[in-house]
Amino acid sequence: MSNSGHKPDGGSAPQNAPPLNKPKFWNDPKKRSLLFQVLLLAALGFVFYTIIQNTLTNLEQRGMTTGFDFLSREAGFGIAMSLIDYTEASSYGMTFLVGLLNTILIAVMGIFAATILGFILGVARLSDNWLIAKFSALYIEVFRNIPLLLQIFFWYYAVLRTLPTPRQSLEFFGSFLNNRGLIMPAPVPEDGFGLVTIGFFAAIVASWLIARWSRKRQELTGQQFPVILTSIGLIIGVPLLLFLFSGLPLGLDHPELKGFNFKGGITVIPELIALWLALSIYTASFIAETVRAGILAVSHGQTEAATALGMSKAKTLRLIVVPQAMRVVIPPLTSQYLNLTKNSSLATAIGYPDLVNVFAGTTLNQTGQAIEVIAMTMAVYLTLSLLTSFFMNWYNARIQLTER
Amino acid sequence: MKRTLISAAVLMVAMTGTAMAGTLETVKERGALQCGVTSGVPGFSVPDDKGNWKGLDVDVCRSVAAAVLGDATKVKFIPLNAKERFTALVSGEVDVLSRVTTWTQTRDTQLGINFAGVNYYDGQGFLVKKELGLTSVKDLDGATVCVQSGTTTELNMADYFRTHGISYTPVVFDTNDQAAQAFDSGRCDSFTTDLSQAAGLRTRMQDPSAVGALPEVISKEPLGPVVRQGDDTWFNIVKWSFNAMLNAEELGLTSANVDKMKAESTDPNVKRLLGLDGPKGKGLDLADDWAYQIVKQVGNYGESYERNVGKDSPLGLDRGLNALWSEGGLQYAPPMR
Repeated sequence: MSNSGHKPDGGSAPQNAPPLNKPKFWNDPKKRSLLFQVLLLAALGFVFYTIIQNTLTNLEQRGMTTGFDFLSREAGFGIAMSLIDYTEASSYGMTFLVGLLNTILIAVMGIFAATILGFILGVARLSDNWLIAKFSALYIEVFRNIPLLLQIFFWYYAVLRTLPTPRQSLEFFGSFLNNRGLIMPAPVPEDGFGLVTIGFFAAIVASWLIARWSRKRQELTGQQFPVILTSIGLIIGVPLLLFLFSGLPLGLDHPELKGFNFKGGITVIPELIALWLALSIYTASFIAETVRAGILAVSHGQTEAATALGMSKAKTLRLIVVPQAMRVVIPPLTSQYLNLTKNSSLATAIGYPDLVNVFAGTTLNQTGQAIEVIAMTMAVYLTLSLLTSFFMNWYNARIQLTER
Repeated sequence: MKRTLISAAVLMVAMTGTAMAGTLETVKERGALQCGVTSGVPGFSVPDDKGNWKGLDVDVCRSVAAAVLGDATKVKFIPLNAKERFTALVSGEVDVLSRVTTWTQTRDTQLGINFAGVNYYDGQGFLVKKELGLTSVKDLDGATVCVQSGTTTELNMADYFRTHGISYTPVVFDTNDQAAQAFDSGRCDSFTTDLSQAAGLRTRMQDPSAVGALPEVISKEPLGPVVRQGDDTWFNIVKWSFNAMLNAEELGLTSANVDKMKAESTDPNVKRLLGLDGPKGKGLDLADDWAYQIVKQVGNYGESYERNVGKDSPLGLDRGLNALWSEGGLQYAPPMR
């Protein structure tokens, strides 16, 4: 390892310098700092080692079982909602998966709704229309300043609990709304539906190719092509046409009132709806402020220049303002996504079966393995946060100002 | 959740000290017993309008405080939900857990805890609205059932419905109170819990007379106080504090007549229980009059039963299985000699 190039004075040391000129090991700041870091690391490692060893010894002394064997044992309790096949005979490991998927579902649904709502509100707050701007400001200030847990309770207890019983359900388009949730007909694909699916994916590929072609053409000739409209037309139109031509190969499993409740169809439980509403509405108010800050950060000169070129207001917003605003918006937006994901753990307050409720709740309590269960739960939230962060950073780097 | 996390952290830190001080010394030094109770189940542990905790489980805490500190009021009650309770006990947040907790093999052998007795023999049942006209749990096919999370109740229900081929949807809440409210507001067709607690929670519903229990009792639920494993002195103290209450009832000692009996009785059993004769406080590391203090300040088991869950209370539960063995029930304490 050569050290000559890293001297603080930056000068090139003479070759074959007498050893006396070389600083003593403890006088070399680089080596010294390295030494202290190694010492600190060793001390930290020792502390962690001691904690883990002690914990294990003490757990054993008290006759508490440790390890992850419990994950393969039969769970024996039911869960109200699961995206995968789950029965009481499934293992504790499956309860982890069910909880994890339910957490991811609510996080994705929440992020999707909060982003759309937040962008609309953020832009609306800057609108020239007094009514729209004030409405948006009012919304943001109200929902930003009420604790999330209260909002969850509000939607769950004040709104959804007051819905009628299954026998007096509100009915619309073959769906039913009652205090057990929203029960919708479930689509059942029949023979020939595969063609529709193929058509859907083919349309996506075609849209992507058109977008590429149109960008190239614009760079060469300056002519524009209505890419978005064409894509929407393709993605909706192609599957729809195939669907019609292949003789409507889709049955519907209609829910029916039998005994206590509806049988068949898809049930969206009220806990999910309440949590989704609360999380999206709450986070949207923060995203709206982030978007407003981003738009205000774009120099007014940019808008004026666009107006001078005769661009329409909508086009200015879409092509000039928003792309530049995004650079400011993305980092705080990432934080909001992370917050939303972590806040979804408040689900346990109303009984939505998310990871914290199912795994860090019931499973922990049935097995008593607090350390393992809590460690796994924390690892999940850490991983989800890191993944979100990683994706958003990648996206941020992609849309950063590129100079040509 | 937060408490579980904190408890898990405390658990890890507490366990870094290899030798923990005995619970008896800790309690004496602190001058108060820390007792884990429910966050509110009428008849078992619930604070009254002045903030005093009352109930059958609360009386177990009070009897331990009377035995150890000579003062039944020196108890700090810590409300815990079902998910938090064992972590709170094992991590040292509470000295005793007296919280409608069912004695099971897994809990006794794998969680680092010991059950010190059974202060209520219970069984699990189902509450339904009477207007549905149901006569059996088997009519509940397809029903939605509200239940508290992390309980044996949840497991018993799953087992029972599975073996009888009945489909159901569980809706799980943090506390029994929330589950009962959800049932009351129509979120579920049925609410399941131990029948004693169901009786208590029913009194809080909008129209208690419109709610009834289905006839089946689907499980054995021996409920009792719990201590940490590995502290035999403390285990014995809690065990015998409760036994003293049972023996007092059997001997006819009550809080009203205990002073008179102490002065006059010649019955050797009474003399032993009141610390005038026999093993006294030796072996338990307690004052000789420890059992006298329990009877004087808390009363015997029968008194506690009647005022909290029995005839004199809004619950109005029969003694049933909880009558003394001499009356045809299951309550039986080893002799004090």
